[in-house]
Amino acid sequence: MRHILSILIENEAGALSRVVGLFSARGYNIDSLTVSTTEDATLSRMTIVTHGSDDVIEQITKQLNKLIEVVKVIDLNESDHIEREMMLIKVRATGKDREEMKRMADIFRGRIIDVTEKTYTIELTGTSEKLGAFIEALDRTVILETVRTGASGIGRGERILKI
Amino acid sequence: MKISGAEIVARCLQEEGVEFVFGYPGGAVLEIYDAIFQQDKFKHVLVRHEQAAVHAADGYSRSSKKVGVALVTSGPGATNAVTGIATAYLDSIPMVVISGQVATPAIGLDAFQEVDMVGITRPCVKHNFLVRDVNELAETFKKAFYIAQTGRPGPVVIDIPKDVTQAMTEFNYPESVSIRSYVPAGRGHPGQIRKAVSLISEAKRPFIYVGGGAVLADACEEVRDLVRLLNAPCTNTLMGLGAYPATDRQFVGMLGMHGTYEANMAMQNCDVLIAVGARFDDRVVSVPEKFLAVPKKIIHIDIDPSSIAKRVKVDIPIVGNVKDVLHEMLALIRQTNVHIDSIALEAWWQQIEEWRKPNSLLYVQDQEIIKPQYVVEKLWEVTNGQAIITSDVGQHQMFAAQYYKFDRPKQWINSGGLGTMGFGLPAAMGAQLANPDATVACITGEASIQMNIQELSTCKQYHTPVKIVNLNNRYLGMVRQWQEFFYGNRYSESYMDALPDFVKLAEAYGHVGVRVEKPADVEPVLKEFFSSKYKERLVFFDFMTDQKVNVFPMVGNGKGLDEMDLPPHMRNNGGGDGDRDYGNLC
Ligand SMILES: Cc1ncc(C[n+]2csc(CCOP(=O)(O)OP(=O)(O)O)c2C)c(N)n1
Repeated sequence: MRHILSILIENEAGALSRVVGLFSARGYNIDSLTVSTTEDATLSRMTIVTHGSDDVIEQITKQLNKLIEVVKVIDLNESDHIEREMMLIKVRATGKDREEMKRMADIFRGRIIDVTEKTYTIELTGTSEKLGAFIEALDRTVILETVRTGASGIGRGERILKI
Repeated sequence: MKISGAEIVARCLQEEGVEFVFGYPGGAVLEIYDAIFQQDKFKHVLVRHEQAAVHAADGYSRSSKKVGVALVTSGPGATNAVTGIATAYLDSIPMVVISGQVATPAIGLDAFQEVDMVGITRPCVKHNFLVRDVNELAETFKKAFYIAQTGRPGPVVIDIPKDVTQAMTEFNYPESVSIRSYVPAGRGHPGQIRKAVSLISEAKRPFIYVGGGAVLADACEEVRDLVRLLNAPCTNTLMGLGAYPATDRQFVGMLGMHGTYEANMAMQNCDVLIAVGARFDDRVVSVPEKFLAVPKKIIHIDIDPSSIAKRVKVDIPIVGNVKDVLHEMLALIRQTNVHIDSIALEAWWQQIEEWRKPNSLLYVQDQEIIKPQYVVEKLWEVTNGQAIITSDVGQHQMFAAQYYKFDRPKQWINSGGLGTMGFGLPAAMGAQLANPDATVACITGEASIQMNIQELSTCKQYHTPVKIVNLNNRYLGMVRQWQEFFYGNRYSESYMDALPDFVKLAEAYGHVGVRVEKPADVEPVLKEFFSSKYKERLVFFDFMTDQKVNVFPMVGNGKGLDEMDLPPHMRNNGGGDGDRDYGNLC
């Protein structure tokens, strides 16, 4: 099953490679990984999307907790959460496609953030599923380039990951 | 007053009460060696290979209650140390390894003798540091020693660039350290402990399975109390040997791949299992499903949550320091006057005695060829069971574990997790330095000993009179055994040809060597050379042993604990050694 893990980790050189190394050494999957500092500059927050059986996810969580620099790990799947991913997608936009592209972007609440004679670059935010659906909805031949950030997640309501 | 980074390194080691640093100099650590030269609080032991420095620090730690310390230079010094670090990591040994690094401006430029030590060791350390600022040096040492020896112990690497050892700053060694992201497990959840005790009270076939965690946590007294209080049978893992005394009636021997019949059968057939600082590793429980085929409830006490439910699902996990948890458990058992149903327990013991009766470790010593088991048994007798024994890896290691009856913890030192050939001699050296008055013997094979034989020179220099018991079967015995069992007697590259004359070799290094070929000579030779006359000498015993001997019992890969390959006398066909085709042995 797909799981989304939130990790609070010391913002130190090499900390990221410990996490990534752990996944590769133990044969766990990383579907996506995002990381950046938080409002507290000494801490980074990481979101890892992974998949595996419950046993594997339990081991991943325990192994992550064992890393000296990891402060906290939560499995967002354990309760309500929100996840968002951003995608930048550059598409061919010429002739009658130009209008069609604009319409599609609107339907998915995307924004066109760069325009040339022949292309649009669309910024789209949402769940990973939604971004996938947008790609599916397009004719593959018009897609020139896509960049996705990978999912970031946060618990709903009072559920807070903090020191 | 400002002092150099190198002096800070020396001062930190002094502050930590370090007695010995095992190491080897080189360009990147010259400053540190200069600082060592100018102090006399700790001694430096100059090994002949960096791998041996780490194993020696490891043996020192395993035979004492202290953190081992090794010091190596950058590049090849650092990479040579990696096998030692991984060995310590897999057995959870507290250790600090200091490696030199090229100067910070040169890092990343493929400088002379540059390797990414932090990157190379990341998967085999508890933690590692690259110190880029001299002002962080003292605190890093404090943290390293703290991390190495708390929680589940392990090796910590401190990589120090040369310019950091030259930079000057004030020295302040922190009194204490706290790391917000590192909080070792504490006492164990009282609710879980209560549940465990209530489960124990319902047991009919209880079994206590004790691993290296009990030795590391110094919890062996508590283990003894528990075993005796419950009158339950007890087994130790390879890493746990000595945690419960082997000569006690309640001890059923080591379990696992080469465990005794009674230990493996009891493990398989118990109804309540208490696992203490053990991790159900694949050499103990080869196939979890087969192990769980006989329904049982499992209590698992371990300081490392990730050890729990890693291979085998348990019913009552208790995360905490093993010593503290057992202490609480014992108090509760006494307080609530828990007793196991005595009729059930008696039947269980009867069953165990039945399993014990055929003696799965039986072997026959004839007049002609020395059996390796016989040497270990005689060694045990001659040393009154009191020696500290290190070993290498192979058949001899298993014979040492099976036939030397370890009665106390920290008496048995072997590379259980990584299975590192070449561990034995340097580890013995470290153990001897930690225990100058003890008898220290290294049980080894003619192949393993050659992997760090150069340390005979270090032993000469530092007067470590270890006794090397070489069980010389002219084979990579354990490899040969697998080839015999599973590869149709095709002994591919497992014959040790062109062996040196070990007696002359020992003598060349300034030691005593003795070759023993006849069974009748084993005991007298051991007696003579373990006598006080040779107390100050390193003696290399070269026992010419039977080439055909196999280690039994054996749980083959993919087999259940009750599907052991048994020694000849316990096989249904009546056995006799003649039923095996050995093929053509050299
Ligand atoms: C460094 C290393 N290389 C290879 C092995 C694989 N291995 C395990 S046991 C063994 C044979 C050891 O032979 P010897 O030391 O003579 O001991 P014996 O089995 O004959 O008692 C080998 C090669 C290992 N454990 N460690």
